Amino acid sequence: MKVAISVNGRQVEAEVEDRLLLAHFVREQAGLTATNIGCDTTSCGACTVLLDGESVKSCTVLAAQADGHEVTTCEGLAGADGRWHAVQQGFHAEHGLQCGFCTPGMMMAAVSLLAENPDPTEEEVRTGLEGNLCRCTGYHNIVRAVLAAARDGQPAAEAS
Amino acid sequence: MSIMGTRVLRTEDPRLLTQGGVYTDDLRLPELTGAAYVTVVRSPIAHALITGIDTSAAAELPGVVAVLTSADMPAPPEGGDATAEPLLAADRVRYVGEPVALVLTEGRYQGEDAAELVSVDYDPLPAVPGIEEALTGETLLFPGTESNILATGTAGEGDDTSFDGCDVVLERTIVNQRLAPVPLEPRAMAAAWTGDRLTIWSSTQNPQLARGAIAGALGLDPALIRVITPDVGGGFGAKVAVDRDAICVAWAAKHTGHAVRWIESRSENLVGMVHGRAQRQTYKIGGTTDGRVLSYRLDVVQDCGAFNRLGAFLAQLTVLMAAGVYDLQHGGASFRAVVTNTTPIAAYRGAGRPEAAAAIERAIDDFAAEIGMDPAEVRRINVVPPDKFPFTTATGATYDTGEYAAGLERVLAAADYPALRAEQARRREGADTVQLGLGISVYVEITAGDMGGETARVVVDDTGAATVFTGSSAHGQGHHTAWAMLVQNELGIPMESITVVHGDTDAIPEAIGTFGSRSLQLGGTAVVQAAGVVKEQARRLAAEMIEAAEADLELDTARGTWQVRGDPASALSWGQIAERAGPDGLAADARFDASAPTFPFGAHLAVVEVDTETGKATLVRHVTVDDAGRILNPVLAEGQRHGGIAQGVAQALLEEVRYDPDGNPLTSTLVDYAAITATELPSFELVASETPTPINPLGAKGIGEAGTVGSTPAVLNAVIDAVSHLGVRHIDMPATPEKVWAAINEARAAR
Repeated sequence: MKVAISVNGRQVEAEVEDRLLLAHFVREQAGLTATNIGCDTTSCGACTVLLDGESVKSCTVLAAQADGHEVTTCEGLAGADGRWHAVQQGFHAEHGLQCGFCTPGMMMAAVSLLAENPDPTEEEVRTGLEGNLCRCTGYHNIVRAVLAAARDGQPAAEAS
Repeated sequence: MSIMGTRVLRTEDPRLLTQGGVYTDDLRLPELTGAAYVTVVRSPIAHALITGIDTSAAAELPGVVAVLTSADMPAPPEGGDATAEPLLAADRVRYVGEPVALVLTEGRYQGEDAAELVSVDYDPLPAVPGIEEALTGETLLFPGTESNILATGTAGEGDDTSFDGCDVVLERTIVNQRLAPVPLEPRAMAAAWTGDRLTIWSSTQNPQLARGAIAGALGLDPALIRVITPDVGGGFGAKVAVDRDAICVAWAAKHTGHAVRWIESRSENLVGMVHGRAQRQTYKIGGTTDGRVLSYRLDVVQDCGAFNRLGAFLAQLTVLMAAGVYDLQHGGASFRAVVTNTTPIAAYRGAGRPEAAAAIERAIDDFAAEIGMDPAEVRRINVVPPDKFPFTTATGATYDTGEYAAGLERVLAAADYPALRAEQARRREGADTVQLGLGISVYVEITAGDMGGETARVVVDDTGAATVFTGSSAHGQGHHTAWAMLVQNELGIPMESITVVHGDTDAIPEAIGTFGSRSLQLGGTAVVQAAGVVKEQARRLAAEMIEAAEADLELDTARGTWQVRGDPASALSWGQIAERAGPDGLAADARFDASAPTFPFGAHLAVVEVDTETGKATLVRHVTVDDAGRILNPVLAEGQRHGGIAQGVAQALLEEVRYDPDGNPLTSTLVDYAAITATELPSFELVASETPTPINPLGAKGIGEAGTVGSTPAVLNAVIDAVSHLGVRHIDMPATPEKVWAAINEARAAR
């Protein structure tokens, strides 16, 4: 079937298999490889993207279901002028990433979380990111990064 | 001011945060255009004879490039080791997930379609699903052997450990369960055979070791193989070198002449990638009623899985480190390494050392409970005092430096231990539903224990920029930031003008790579030494150019210029000197071999709440000292501690690879395997501590695994402490609600 999906504001049209996952559409047809795939049971969240502004695990959405919709990936987070999103700034300032594999999905989940709750508590951040696994950071600095992003990307006053 | 020891944010981040890393499956290189996708056909049965493989239906499916089995491979030499591991299973499978055939397809999704059509006839054999069944020897994994025990060993007093003079002697058999490493990026490889050379892109921690393993398995000259590591999405020991699945992929490229690419699914990863831990441990501890521990012994049965890849080696590390931080009169340890019809065991964060710490730290708490003494006090009495270093333990390890008691006191003070004990007492008196538990571990581990050394090359070019070629192979640690800090400190070239290159065997032919928390202390030291040679090269050239004596020259590391001492007008830049030197004129190789391993140590205090009605244990605070000698960059070191602590907590509370009695895995997806999430952890409270080692000039020990070694026993001890007043003395890991609830009820029934 033919689908047309707006990915980071660019219209991507392709003839695809009915069973093609949105995650693979983004990686293959749209050529954007920041979105990673870390499992096959919708458990790890590495493939999280925004679909019409809300976070979805793109391994559990068919490309066909996204036909005519808007997808935002990690590559689309920074502004047109190259200025980083507050979540990107927060992850850098708080060392919220190590190997980087979970990071694009984690950041998209964080963007969605902050859109719903701009001033979350630590517990709310942890609950909001429960569907995204990270094996490197123990989540400690990811939580700090998201809290920092909620404060406009400013690093926390005390470092520990 | 020197950059050493300061908080420097990572230079790796901008790329990872904006475009994402380029992991193996992200490669869009010309060499891989049209590459066939490899799908591995795996055994669905734990133990069986293969009586036939029919690939015809798969081969006829549109898009299938090739279907390959062991019949397409050169036969292994006759009369070899009966327990050797094949590449593809030929006549017998020994674990669910064992590779049996490869399917190469034009499209990604066609691979699984075709793999389903490969028809393998299995004649089932009785399965050996675990240690107990392996030890009976009723079913042997390897025909021609007499037992499933492939290796044994002892340390210290071994079987003859004396318990003379002890008032109290306790013995207990405990489980150190099997874990799945779960790097977020599964195993992945791409390979292209270009007529005379094999180029491999591999998600590995050790490209040079991978090159050697592939060359050996395929009978190729290593010089004909180039291994490149793209970004690697986590390893945790499970991506050391390459394993058979990946070697098969490399072989397929050479055999078919097609470029190939492979990334396993998570469900494959959870059965096909190595697992870690998997020991049954029996400890025996004895001492006096006034708190002195006199004797300790540990007997380990190591489950190696179906093949002895690294299992026996891990058990050796466990027995070496069995005595922990304690000054014992008598100590000994032994191991037996057995094979079972399960996924092979190899390194996973800590690799043998968490197992040792989990046993003795559990034993110390058990002993403390038996004599009715606070577990902190028992540790105070028994840890090796600082004036005894270097200290050789009862099980034969020689520790470099340690401040064990000081580490413990720092943690107890930071947590306000007396206040926590008072709160615990209040809840016990009130018979609160939610009880409080405090768990301590004081641990030591061994890093850079392989003694393989590491390499580095530093080059300064005529723009004044430096390039570092490092044998260490980063996969999240931040080596590029760290090595640039080292070179800036040594040469005064600013970090932004320093490029770090790793993970390409053509650029870095000789190296070991990254495991065992070895990188800073070995690879980092090699970088410093190479930079030091470049500095002396520059000094000689600058002396010629300025027409001054070498001894009168100084390097102004703040400005990155050479000058006659006290005469800024004479200053020469690195670029000017490099121009004079000519191409490769300012360049040096170094290899650092340490004289001995190093022994990081620390203390953890876990505070756990246990709901006595549901059995659910929740970690509410975790306070740690993790002393890895001198710290280069606290940002990176803390990150390593955080990740290590979390993986250790996961072992104590949640994670376990399980099999049914027929050897079928029960945890082969992330729905079933309880990889720890953000909601199951608190923020960690890290206390700084730096006790340098004399073993290397940086004074550094490894920090990658320490957090894991310390946190597992602390959290388990806390869970048991929370319910000890109800009569519970032990709970095996993971301390799930089911197990905790059962332990509470058994203890109540026993009363």
